Amino acid sequence: MQKESLLFKMLRIRRAEEMLADRYSEQEMRCPMHLCIGQEAVAVGVCENLETTDRVYSNHRAHGHYLAKGGDLNSMIAELYGRTTGCCGGRGGSMHLIDLDAGFMGATPIVGGTVPLAVGSAWKSKLSSDNDVTVVFFGDGCFEEGVVHESMNFAALHALPVVFICENNLFSVYTHIDDRQPSRQIYKIAEAHGLDSCQGNGSSIIEVHQKSKAAINRARAGHGPQFLEFNVYRWREHCGPNFDNELNYRSSEDIRLGLSQCPIENFKSELYSVNVLNENHVAVFENEIHSELSAAFKFACESPSGDLASASMKVFSA
Amino acid sequence: MSSRELTYIEAIKEAFDLTLELDSNVVLIGEGVPDPKAIFTSTIGLQEKYGKQRIFDMPLSENGMTGICIGAALSGLRPVLIHQRIDFSLLAVDQIINNAAKWHYMFNGQANVPVVVRMIVGRGWGQGPQHSQSLQALYAANPGLKVVMPSTAYDAKGMMIAAIEDNNPVIFIEHRWLHQTKSNVPVGHYRVNLNKANILREGSKITIASFSYMTIEALQAAEALEAVFKVDVEIVDMRMVAPLDVELVLDSVKKTGFLIALDTAHKTGSYSAELISQIVEKGFAFLKAAPVRIASPDFPAPTSPFMSKDYYPSAITIADAVLDLLSIDYQESDNYLSMKNALLKKLPDDVPNTDFNGPF
Repeated sequence: MQKESLLFKMLRIRRAEEMLADRYSEQEMRCPMHLCIGQEAVAVGVCENLETTDRVYSNHRAHGHYLAKGGDLNSMIAELYGRTTGCCGGRGGSMHLIDLDAGFMGATPIVGGTVPLAVGSAWKSKLSSDNDVTVVFFGDGCFEEGVVHESMNFAALHALPVVFICENNLFSVYTHIDDRQPSRQIYKIAEAHGLDSCQGNGSSIIEVHQKSKAAINRARAGHGPQFLEFNVYRWREHCGPNFDNELNYRSSEDIRLGLSQCPIENFKSELYSVNVLNENHVAVFENEIHSELSAAFKFACESPSGDLASASMKVFSA
Repeated sequence: MSSRELTYIEAIKEAFDLTLELDSNVVLIGEGVPDPKAIFTSTIGLQEKYGKQRIFDMPLSENGMTGICIGAALSGLRPVLIHQRIDFSLLAVDQIINNAAKWHYMFNGQANVPVVVRMIVGRGWGQGPQHSQSLQALYAANPGLKVVMPSTAYDAKGMMIAAIEDNNPVIFIEHRWLHQTKSNVPVGHYRVNLNKANILREGSKITIASFSYMTIEALQAAEALEAVFKVDVEIVDMRMVAPLDVELVLDSVKKTGFLIALDTAHKTGSYSAELISQIVEKGFAFLKAAPVRIASPDFPAPTSPFMSKDYYPSAITIADAVLDLLSIDYQESDNYLSMKNALLKKLPDDVPNTDFNGPF
């Protein structure tokens, strides 16, 4: 693992989402969009430990997971613009991302919807001894869904190679976890289901990387399902491009603290302090990312758009 | 291919056995699949033959297990998930409708969900409000799901094989009262294509389009009407609920001019309503009278044998409707009374045949 590569990957996700946010007001991306700004370390730290053939499932807040697993950038941006070159040909938008070549099996917005699919994927691995690991990303709200517990139960029963990654950002839309769950820890419930479980700081890329590496290795070695709860902070509104401090569902002190945990700035400072990187290196990163993103947005905007006739096809597989 | 008489349930088991033998990606899973009762004997001996890595029991997690089967299917398995009652599948409607039905479409055809969800509709012996629903319309109304309801042993085997080999999610609905019915079933592998209804009985005077078990009642009514009133009834077995084969019914209605649709579900919102709508839209000019629907009443099936007596429409209900629609005067005629007597089941109302004793 190269530390500068981890920084680059987080920065790329951050800048991609910032460009999405900046251009969202043009009203040309006409789909709901959930940004993971502030939560990039979990996506990058976990996926860094995966092979291309390992499989990932995700949820409505999927841009980071998709890009970290190697999903094609052009296809993602084009999908948000509703173009035929999008990863779903325009049928899905931001909340439905897929790149099978990269092992990104799919992201969907029914909370909990993909958790059992990941377990099914791992079940297939177990039955065919293919040595692949499946990872599923979900949030603290998702943990309240019954299907998640059904999924953990079956995964533990059959010792399946699946890693559950719970990104606890404290909020389901605007509702705080204290209004939704009793005072106990999420990962302890997973432990009670028989999973190897632990908790970590999801804003620390090194911690995420190390903990998920151990979990993924254990899953691959046949030790059964693993559960990691990472505490993270969602910077922007639940859905949409903006900050939402004015809504007052979280205090300005909480927001200040949340932003101070920035996984990118903190890691950058750390790398500067040990002379792994300097500002010139980061400027090169920024330039490279900006060029790639500009090209991706250009590609998306110039791509063809579908129509109702094309939308009526592919209801059934041949 | 040689054939012999099999029961519907034996035909289903044979379909499993053949597909398990042919494709190592086929797995069976469901509450009770390997247990001593073996899903009304349809899975008996399969775990011994194919092993615990192919034939599974499962936790009582209908939604989770449906999603797990979908995820396994997306990675290459061909799971068959079995519910002993269709009512239990309601716990899995999220996964069936949000994921299975839409995955191929919403990801632009890049992935397939070859899952069969087998569901059994109960009836009689006090199955009651939550063990005897007939929910085909709920599933059929969702693009992306194929919904089948075979009513013969021949179709049960051929459609189960076709369903398992299909690359789409298939909702396979059996009526419990069909399980002991028999027909000639070929020995080897064959498929019944999942897009066509089937003319089970040719006739010229009136068309009966019938779903699932109601086809058995319709056949009895048709024989009696032929024998007594020389009325020649055509029966279209609606073995495909989705996609619905309206064309075959339309062709029949063009010939007869009369349509009765039979359904195992509650009348309101049943798929017989959809069928009649489409026939009226496409074939109004061919209809000599308003189509008729015969279905279960718009209230849940009660448990008590006293209260559920007469709940289900029977061959007599159907015969009466045929005579009414064709304006044949029959009340109190000797012919009619002898026909009615012949159609009367010499059994309690809550069992399909004399071999059937509770509990089931």
